[in-house]
Amino acid sequence: MTRPSKYLKIFAYTYLVFLYAPALLLPIFSFNSSQIIAFPLTGFTLHWFETLLYQSTLHEALRNSLIVAVSSSILATILGILASRSATRYDFTGKQISLTFILAPLVLPEIIVGVALLIVLIQLGLSLNLWSVVLGHTLLIMPFSILIMNSAFNNLDISLEEASMDLGENQFGTFYRIILPLVFPGIMASLLIGFTLSLDEFIIAFFLTGTDTTLPVYIWAQFRFPKKLPTTMALGTLLLVTSFLLLSLSEYFRRRAVNSRSSVL
Amino acid sequence: MIFEIRTETKKGWRLLSIPFVFSLLLLAAPLTMMFLLSFWTQDYLVLDKTFTLNNYIEAATQPVYQLLFQRSLIISLSVTFFTVLLAYPMAYFISFYGGERKALWLFLITIPFWTSYLLRMFLWKVILGYNGVFNSLLLWLEMITEPVTFILYNANAVVIALTHGWAPFAILPIFVSLEKIDRSLLEASRDLGDGPFHQFFRVILPLSAPGVVGAALIIFIPTVGDYITPKLVGGTDGLMIANMIQVQFSKANNAPLAAALSASSLMVVAFISIVFVLFNKKYLRRY
Amino acid sequence: MNNLVKVQNVSKSFGEVNAVNGVSLEIEQGKFFSLLGPSGCGKTTLLRLIAGFEIPKSGKILIDNKSMDGVEPNLRPTNMVFQNYAIFPHLNVEQNVSYGLRKKNISKDEKDEMISQVLELVNLTGLNQRSANALSGGQKQRVALARALILKPKVLLLDEPLSALDKKLREQMQLELRHLQRAVGITFILVTHDQEEALTMSDKVAVMFDGEVEQVDSPRKLYERPASQRVASFIGDMNFINEKALETKQGLKVNSEILGEIVIPKNQVSGNLSNKKIIIGIRPEMISIVSNNFDSKGLISGKITDISYFGITTYYKIECGPNAEALSVSAQNSFGQMDYKIGEIVKLKMDVNSLVGFLE
Repeated sequence: MTRPSKYLKIFAYTYLVFLYAPALLLPIFSFNSSQIIAFPLTGFTLHWFETLLYQSTLHEALRNSLIVAVSSSILATILGILASRSATRYDFTGKQISLTFILAPLVLPEIIVGVALLIVLIQLGLSLNLWSVVLGHTLLIMPFSILIMNSAFNNLDISLEEASMDLGENQFGTFYRIILPLVFPGIMASLLIGFTLSLDEFIIAFFLTGTDTTLPVYIWAQFRFPKKLPTTMALGTLLLVTSFLLLSLSEYFRRRAVNSRSSVL
Repeated sequence: MIFEIRTETKKGWRLLSIPFVFSLLLLAAPLTMMFLLSFWTQDYLVLDKTFTLNNYIEAATQPVYQLLFQRSLIISLSVTFFTVLLAYPMAYFISFYGGERKALWLFLITIPFWTSYLLRMFLWKVILGYNGVFNSLLLWLEMITEPVTFILYNANAVVIALTHGWAPFAILPIFVSLEKIDRSLLEASRDLGDGPFHQFFRVILPLSAPGVVGAALIIFIPTVGDYITPKLVGGTDGLMIANMIQVQFSKANNAPLAAALSASSLMVVAFISIVFVLFNKKYLRRY
Repeated sequence: MNNLVKVQNVSKSFGEVNAVNGVSLEIEQGKFFSLLGPSGCGKTTLLRLIAGFEIPKSGKILIDNKSMDGVEPNLRPTNMVFQNYAIFPHLNVEQNVSYGLRKKNISKDEKDEMISQVLELVNLTGLNQRSANALSGGQKQRVALARALILKPKVLLLDEPLSALDKKLREQMQLELRHLQRAVGITFILVTHDQEEALTMSDKVAVMFDGEVEQVDSPRKLYERPASQRVASFIGDMNFINEKALETKQGLKVNSEILGEIVIPKNQVSGNLSNKKIIIGIRPEMISIVSNNFDSKGLISGKITDISYFGITTYYKIECGPNAEALSVSAQNSFGQMDYKIGEIVKLKMDVNSLVGFLE
């Protein structure tokens, strides 16, 4: 089984090209001077990027998105650490069911989660603002954090923790001196992925935000204006590049979390 | 023994309690509330809390909702089918021929998925439009004389966009189950006389069934409730149930109906998924 | 005789499995004690119970006459050397060794002095700054020892510490551990499945099967006077001959086809004295081969059916009778020793004092 058939190879590379092709349109038309998104290309310009600098509503949306993204990724990672630690180290009744429940947002349609949360918040009379979005995002991101931390904790040899305790350290000391340093890459990966997911998330933000917009909600509103399409493409390009960088960084950390640095022999 | 079980259970729950309560408050409670709401009625802004099944009756009998449910299911099933069909060879390629670069392939495949869903679906609107990228490209290359129309603002567009969008999510589970296949089984089948064709259908495909089933479920369940894509590229003919839920919730001020539609979609999806898994249990359990 | 560690009727199960079943042991202070047995016999579980990583289902563990009930591992006067060494990969040798000293208020100078001393003790002087990842298996093991010994525990627990080392290194470490224990005078409790290892290093050995202790004795007594057939066949090799016995005043009288008429003293026999069935055991090296030419009155005769050469010794399989199992006899390949061939008829000589009997 060493050489693939020619057709399979062609298929694989073609698949990859088609996978990325739509995304490549973003940079192409961000620099295209025409206001219409169509071929043939008309010329090179940085004009669309320039306009981004003057949109104050955009800046506000960006600021909001950053606040939400940082908050929800931190919150989700903390909760993820707790859940994952309990799942990988202890065995107890109700573990499987409660974990499945916590992981449920991975497979539920987002709109249902959004609608349900909206209903509750309205009923409770709570106002919709950025913090409701943070709660919603945390709920969505937590399962991803748990999955990442699971592999980080699983890679941590339990005999290292036992050795630490055997040598006199209590739980906190062991956590701070042994566990934390060794799962740190996993934590970084979780924070980065959480941040990226929150930054890009639209539906929950759409439902749960009041007057403050996040970046995706802002972009959605921009879709109504055909004249603003190229500008929106430019913004999209920036967002894409940022996501790509953050994700590569996250993957770097995730690999470090899973390789044999934390194992013993 | 009781003392010792309590310690481990105590420790486990002490850690798990916070995330669990969080999920309970933010997922279970809202879903329960939504479920309750579906049995009430709303008149403009006033909520009538008398128990009634009217919302569900309306959801089940009104042709507009029936149409939307059907369409949502057909679209989801089509997307699931095409996505898995295209993903399988890709997963096969990476698993059997990826060599040292398997992780890189997987990384490249999954990155698009982590980026903004909104942006990716919006791009399809741009691509499939009457004056969009696809048409303008073909016109420019003089491959067609008039723009193609059947690919935008209808269900086809939704299927195309979603199939593209879900690709990575299908590849991963199939890849994992292909990786699990003991390579010596393949050698054994060759040794016993199978050519590549038979080897695939008799050994590889059955053993990768769990991955295929997993991929199908991962795609099918969330797709039924998709909002963005039908809204962007579906036009009027491609709208799905989620769009109606949103309308009922906001413009029509009929939150209970929206809740009933949501609950119904959940139940339909759950039902189909369970049936699907049970049907495949025969094939899944044999190995 | 001060018994530092007392295990009193301790039991522990994992689900349905009884890992440790009502074990009682007393381990003397300052001695090298081993827990020996096949995989799954409960020896590691017992060690972890003493360390505090498992909690007994029933029974008590006392160290220095203080009950260890509810005492966490980090508060027990024990330290453990783990089977995979558990060296912290993100710290260097010095940081690993001094890990447990953080809680104690010791000046930096004193700490450095302690580190140098203990590194010298385990022959790792000068490797202070070496990163954990750059250590060999043998070095990691010494670091693990140093890390535990620097805290001067009352009991040092070792969980199969030599199993990951190759044969030569293992033999070397066995001697080193023995010397180390004598030098520091700390009570060592070692777990191993290798009976040679246990016999070489220990003052006393507890042999375990299926969660229970079958015999506790010095290595010599275990080897020469095993308490049961199980212990006898686990430690070294042994020939077993089934016979019928009759109790007499002098001992157990046996009329054997192979051995002839013999009387085995009662102190060499274990089991219920009124039982008629007896299994006689004799070690292969306790049977000597005498050439057929010599005056062979009263000696057993047999035919060599198989020969295995082991360098130091040669094992012969000798058939002595149509109904009995062949005897395994070993002979030292020393200078002047005769070489026998397959098919040769030889005479066998054995001493009654080296026989053991197990009454069923």
